[in-house]
Amino acid sequence: MSLPRLTTHEMAARLAADITDGAYVNLGIGMPVTVANHVPAGRQVIYHSENGILGVGRSPEPGEDHDPDLINAAKDPVTLIEGGCYFDTAESFAMMRGGHLDLAVLGAFQVSATGDLANWATHDATYPPAVGGAMDLAVGAKTVYVLMRHTAKDGTPKLVEACDLPLTGAACVSRVYTDLGVFEIDRDNAAAKVIERFDGVSFDALQAVTGLTLVE
Amino acid sequence: MIDKFWPDMGAAVADMPDGASVMIGGFGSSGIPLALIDAVCAAGPRHLTVISNNTGSGETGVSALLREGLVDKVVCSYPRSRGSVWFERLYQQNAIELELVPQGTLAERMRAAGAGLGGFFTPTGYGTALADGKETRMIDGRGHVLEAPLAADYALLSAYKADPWGNLVYNTAARNFNPVMATAAGCAVVEVGARVALGELNPEAVASPGIFIDRVVVREQP
Repeated sequence: MSLPRLTTHEMAARLAADITDGAYVNLGIGMPVTVANHVPAGRQVIYHSENGILGVGRSPEPGEDHDPDLINAAKDPVTLIEGGCYFDTAESFAMMRGGHLDLAVLGAFQVSATGDLANWATHDATYPPAVGGAMDLAVGAKTVYVLMRHTAKDGTPKLVEACDLPLTGAACVSRVYTDLGVFEIDRDNAAAKVIERFDGVSFDALQAVTGLTLVE
Repeated sequence: MIDKFWPDMGAAVADMPDGASVMIGGFGSSGIPLALIDAVCAAGPRHLTVISNNTGSGETGVSALLREGLVDKVVCSYPRSRGSVWFERLYQQNAIELELVPQGTLAERMRAAGAGLGGFFTPTGYGTALADGKETRMIDGRGHVLEAPLAADYALLSAYKADPWGNLVYNTAARNFNPVMATAAGCAVVEVGARVALGELNPEAVASPGIFIDRVVVREQP
């Protein structure tokens, strides 16, 4: 049975709707960087990019004049909003570890019921691991949200009881936004509560593609 | 008269010996010293240790050094990205050593080396496979990992403009690892878009003070 799934941009817009006014928010490599294209009306949000930018703006339009050095964590071209600034990598990671970021949005291979995050290494020994800034964000950001597809390409659930992939950080994720719904991770009780199911996704269908027991 | 400018890229890297450790600035395609890397490829020192955030894309940047077989080991936070074919090929053949370091730890290890510190405790990586075998300590109730300073024989860097004293300014997000690497290298070599006269740079805007810079070469305009 195929479920109706949100597109990447719909997922990004859904997550962005929950970012509070005035927040400093890091956007990680992969799907999370697309969140910069979405700022809810009436709010000011300052997006941080690990390579040394505060105030990441939208992606440039095709054909728009663009500075080739101005890229985000995913190495895609971006713009700078008015009031934005640049700094070096050491200062950028001081912002992360030092607890100055309100929120980090990260991609994931797996998230567990206790909020463990796995997103840097697979079981494939021929596939090079890549950690980037994920471990720094996992320990440093005040809040960590994950933006990921609900299942892997082969259909394997990514929301699981316990991660079997190497951990990026333990007990660090508080919410997960997927293409099927939004989930609050209750780390103390090892439970994932469904905050929202997207149109046409029944609870039973959602549970069937999830590797942990969901709480309605 | 201090003038750190060198006439050409080749001369500026000609003394790099076999077995050298080399930091290479840049993040993705931004702030990479492409011309200096090409000069190292031409000079051909072997058994290099390359310390860089990424491993290059396609045939350019760090990829070119890998393709030429000049590199034994990379110290890197994100070696796998779009187009990192040369690294992935060598990795699959078990023909290259990888030391994977979280990006903030990589930058801070350089900062420690450049700032004369013997290392630091960080919560990053605590309890993960990247902390295996490292000393740990509980600080304020939280687990921390002891990380060592990271220095290098050379740093190859890229900047926007330099004056004769080696004061540097950067273009937008091309700053990234360049300033911190400059502090941690025995010989910091930088390619720049333009030479400006002493006094022309806004002192408030200098992101790498010339004390950290040894050699500067002007990049030829395409």
